[in-house]
Amino acid sequence: MQKPIIEIVEKIDTAVVYDELSDAASGGICVFVGTVRDFTNNETVESLEFESYKTMALKEMGKIANQAFAKWPLNKVVIRHAVGLKKVQEAVVVVGVSAAHRTECFEACKFLIDTLKETVPIWKKEIFKNKSVWVSAHP
Amino acid sequence: MEVFLFGIARDIAGKSTLDLSALEEKPNSVGELMHLMHDFYPEFGKLSSLAVAVNGEYASNDVHLQSNDEIAIIPPVSGG
Repeated sequence: MQKPIIEIVEKIDTAVVYDELSDAASGGICVFVGTVRDFTNNETVESLEFESYKTMALKEMGKIANQAFAKWPLNKVVIRHAVGLKKVQEAVVVVGVSAAHRTECFEACKFLIDTLKETVPIWKKEIFKNKSVWVSAHP
Repeated sequence: MEVFLFGIARDIAGKSTLDLSALEEKPNSVGELMHLMHDFYPEFGKLSSLAVAVNGEYASNDVHLQSNDEIAIIPPVSGG
């Protein structure tokens, strides 16, 4: 197990994550990339704007990585989230793991993104043509 | 005593920080702060959830507040 890569960045380069997770002891790598979708609730999304409570978000992302290391025999973990204005198709989050076998890779990768969405203080505003909406703010 | 506001909580309050130091009765706990926030901004009551973080950790209502704590209002998170 190596120190996880935990970052909040302005722009995500999806090309680097493979090298970051590549590892001699690992038989597999799983990566999830979250991207901006152009349509939600029957409306055309123009862009998404993300903001974070950066110090706490990094701390929570670190906790998720440590929980994943405790649950599965992982070799490397990356959790990287973008902030700022993101256009359709742009990457907004990338999480990934490498491990000896694929089962723990898939399970841990899903755990990383699912838990991130529940606990990490990052907020997303959907920007439509004539309005903008904070996602999940209201029931 | 300063409180950071994010996302929709900031939009509702119309500012990103709230200075409580001028208040005669400052909130002693997270629960008291929540009460105060709902009094100040009734719109907070319409949100799906509202949490408080103290020094970068989620804090329950019984957590005691000190004047040098870093306090933040955490509306429903929506990263990813």
